[in-house]
Amino acid sequence: MFAFCADPDTLDPVRWFACYLTTGKHQNFYWAFGTVFLLLAVTAPTALLFGFGGAIAARSRIAPLSWLGKGYIAVVRGVPDIAFFLFFVIALDQGIEYLRHVVLCPEWTEPVRQGSDFLVCNEAKMPLGDSPQWVHEAYGFALAVLTFAIVFGAFAANVLYGAMRAVPKAQVETAAAYGMSPGQTFRRVIVPQMWTFALPGLANLWMILIKATPLLFLLGVEDIVYWARELGGAVTPRFSSYPHGDWTFWYFAVLLVFYLCFTKLSEVVIDRLTANLARGQATAGGEALRKGMA
Amino acid sequence: MKTIILAAALTAIAAAGHAQTVRMGTEGAYPPYNFLNDAGEVDGFERAVGDEVCARAELTCEWVTNEWDSIIPNLTSGNYDTIIAGMSITDERDEVIDFTQNYFPPAASAYVSMDPDADLTGGVVAAQINTIQAGHVAESGATLLEFATYDETIAAVRSGEADAVFADKDALAPTVEESGGELSFVGDDVPLGGGIGIGVRESDGELRDALNAAITSMKEDGSLNEMIVEWFGEDAKTF
Repeated sequence: MFAFCADPDTLDPVRWFACYLTTGKHQNFYWAFGTVFLLLAVTAPTALLFGFGGAIAARSRIAPLSWLGKGYIAVVRGVPDIAFFLFFVIALDQGIEYLRHVVLCPEWTEPVRQGSDFLVCNEAKMPLGDSPQWVHEAYGFALAVLTFAIVFGAFAANVLYGAMRAVPKAQVETAAAYGMSPGQTFRRVIVPQMWTFALPGLANLWMILIKATPLLFLLGVEDIVYWARELGGAVTPRFSSYPHGDWTFWYFAVLLVFYLCFTKLSEVVIDRLTANLARGQATAGGEALRKGMA
Repeated sequence: MKTIILAAALTAIAAAGHAQTVRMGTEGAYPPYNFLNDAGEVDGFERAVGDEVCARAELTCEWVTNEWDSIIPNLTSGNYDTIIAGMSITDERDEVIDFTQNYFPPAASAYVSMDPDADLTGGVVAAQINTIQAGHVAESGATLLEFATYDETIAAVRSGEADAVFADKDALAPTVEESGGELSFVGDDVPLGGGIGIGVRESDGELRDALNAAITSMKEDGSLNEMIVEWFGEDAKTF
């Protein structure tokens, strides 16, 4: 990185660390923080969308749709995250490949399962075997986002389902008295007002989602935990210009501080949002705001 | 007419550029066999062997890392095409995947401890999970303590959690050397396994044959032995 890094053995500690902390390996570590942020930025809205869909389905008066919504919430909430992550991602990946296989290689006659091998024709591989490494990584990341979104979507669906029912009955009846259709009532009255009831639950989910990001590691995405472990391990002078002992503790201490700062910042933002949403609501929070203004 | 020729030429180039890409799966945490260097790239003995094998077999190779623990399932489900990760050829593994001929002769495994009198058959011995060494410890009568990575097995001995660690002697040698006398070899070396080979899916006979041919030619002209000496020192066993 710096010109003076050519011979690390001769450097004073400050320069040694300046060189050590800017190696290619460390840059991968810093990029991994970006991966975590990107995961959160994509997963949170997607999970909310899944949650919204699940809640609407669960509320539906059409019985099969309602079963579907309630089934989704019950099944995904009931299965341990790790089991879901390990099973679902492999099943999804192989499911996609199998479908492509059936469509793209109709002339293939051998069985897809041969002993422990899962075999599809080369054209059906996802991503294609000869695509560059970044495509493989992007695909793995997309699978991870989808899995996170489905898991957290189920919890969000339950929260939103409850929040929709928590909107005061009088509001809904008034809307009906004004001649609004159920759809209009839902769009104009229930959805705008439900957020104040949903926010504590959603905020909770957000915190858990932040803490769940190390599960990325289980899915083969090289996240900050992977690199912290990789960088923290002792290295001997034969295999690195920057030999050091077992520094795992320090790298994990950095992760601890990172997660604490991140969740603290989230709390501050959520508190502001809560206060904002309480305005004009017939809740204790709204009442406190009204008295404060008077 | 010109456009047709041009198009045909382009297609030919595209087809040539489409030469099979082989994804090489490794662990990246088992020096000197394989590890990530300061630049974050796969490096080590197996990187050198793998690149040479690919060049001789005229394959385009791409290196990917995967946790040791799930390295076989990810091969069989097609996430990469080979395992080149210091994996000893054993009968149990051979039932699930296929191996090429060995590119590293059957090597000794050894015990390392902080205490020269460590109890190797009744004490607690650390080993990396799913390795032939872990299998050996389990049968030796010692209490087996398994870890996901090689680093963690060493850390367990240093912290006193385990009395000794049992691993490939070639991986342990640099660790012992650098420990400044803190760690030392104890007990006798144990020869295990049938050497180290490249793992491929059982259904990938063609790839296995191509790799085998390349390894044979490297054994014949002595370039494989040169690599072994370069990474494991003059005393290493060669072909």
